[in-house]
Amino acid sequence: MTAAIVSLDHVNKWYGPHHVLQDVSLEIGKGEVVVICGPSGSGKSTLIRTINALEPIRDGKLLLNGVDVHGKGTDLNKLRQSVGFVFQQFNLFPHMSVLDNVTFAPIRIQKRPRAEAEALARELLAKVGLAEKADSFPGFLSGGQQQRVAIARALALQPPVILFDEPTSALDPEMVGEVLQVMKSLARDGMTMVCVTHEMGFAREVGDRIVFMDQGRIVVDTTPELFFDAPDHPRIKRFLSDVKGEH
Amino acid sequence: MLEIIQDYWLTFLIGQYPNGPLGGLAMTLIVAVLSILMSFPIAIGLAVARSSTWRWLRLASACVVNFVRGIPLLMLIFWCYFVIPIMTGYAVSGFWTLVCALTIYEASYLSEVIRAGIASIPKGQTEAARSLGGSYMLTVRSVVLPQALFNVLPGITSQFISTIKETSLGYVIAVNELTFAANQINNQLLTQPLQVFTILAVIYFLLCFLLSRGLSAIETSIRRKRGLL
Ligand SMILES: Nc1ncnc2c1ncn2[C@@H]1O[C@H](COP(=O)(O)OP(=O)(O)O)[C@@H](O)[C@H]1O
Ligand SMILES: [Mg+2]
Repeated sequence: MTAAIVSLDHVNKWYGPHHVLQDVSLEIGKGEVVVICGPSGSGKSTLIRTINALEPIRDGKLLLNGVDVHGKGTDLNKLRQSVGFVFQQFNLFPHMSVLDNVTFAPIRIQKRPRAEAEALARELLAKVGLAEKADSFPGFLSGGQQQRVAIARALALQPPVILFDEPTSALDPEMVGEVLQVMKSLARDGMTMVCVTHEMGFAREVGDRIVFMDQGRIVVDTTPELFFDAPDHPRIKRFLSDVKGEH
Repeated sequence: MLEIIQDYWLTFLIGQYPNGPLGGLAMTLIVAVLSILMSFPIAIGLAVARSSTWRWLRLASACVVNFVRGIPLLMLIFWCYFVIPIMTGYAVSGFWTLVCALTIYEASYLSEVIRAGIASIPKGQTEAARSLGGSYMLTVRSVVLPQALFNVLPGITSQFISTIKETSLGYVIAVNELTFAANQINNQLLTQPLQVFTILAVIYFLLCFLLSRGLSAIETSIRRKRGLL
């Protein structure tokens, strides 16, 4: 494997008495698409939120591009510019136009020239199929469109890695496809992606690895083929039949 | 009543000006606008402090707000009237005394309204801004406050209206404003207090009503533009 972009080394996290991440170790290489799945409450969100320090950790080491994310002197604002994050609830800024949402980070955080930032933003919006919505407001967009804008916003700083926390779980079924389409095209472009998702079709098609979590632990870290065709863990079998049952 | 308006409309509007000091509605507006302009940033500061993660900052701002809210405005005006000269060593005019008292008083009420607005912003908004690498201050300034202030615009409008009406308390420290002008007119006419003070009430009402309708129209048009209706 090439040098890891993300590396977790025996990471532990507690919420009060609740041990939500138990000794989690994980390496994610450049260009890899890693799908994290597991039952609700197993710690998937918590795990990817520790990668950009939206959540602190108790102990262990977490490196992002070689930088100690939870180290004392780490400049988090700078670090977070090199990792995109896509939320389940989109979290677009409702008081800004679509274009302003996408240029927010380049212009307001990195102080790049507006013209340059807008050109890139329009390019990204075209890539997610929403070029014509640049001047619209999030309030006029469907859930699927909002999530695609959110992906464009996360890409605006051209981060080497992007994290997705159940990006399609808040969507009506007919809109799931359009978001997955965008994610698949990103994966094909060689983007490093960590996706928490229950979309097993997506996992099988573009995932390089499947990480299965249960009760704060990584139970299995394997290839899609092995995961789907020969699940060798009773917990995974149950999970797979539960996920199928959803559809 | 029409006669009173015909004879005294200029006094209602600008007091004795230009033969005497500026007063009437003009002075009421000046006091109100100044107080609002000065209290608004202070209120935002107090609200942000009360929503901060720093305990001592939350406590200090809560003390200020609760202290000011616990005293009647009239007391605060008297207090400023006597204390500001002692503290600063200058004789301060009734005008500035009133503006200071209103600023302090309204800032504390307004800060509570704004604090509620800040609390109403979903955590995901802050997380989105922080996840892009935005600093705490940038997030507050560009993501939280614009939405928070907009969400509580009706509450903010109420405080602005209160401020306008409270300028009438300037009367007790002889600030030459609208109520003061009405009283002067009343003293000249002697026999028609009901009419004079009805006109006064109507002027206050129209002012407050127009402000509230204006702000609510602006709010609606912004909501429509943003697809939030
Ligand atoms: N802010 C929080 N405070 C306390 N417990 C939490 C908090 N967030 C999550 N948890 C708990 O941590 C566990 C893992 O949560 P989460 O990472 O959200 O799971 P998943 O995303 O896999 O559904 C759950 O048991 C959840 O109840
Ligand atoms: Mg989750």
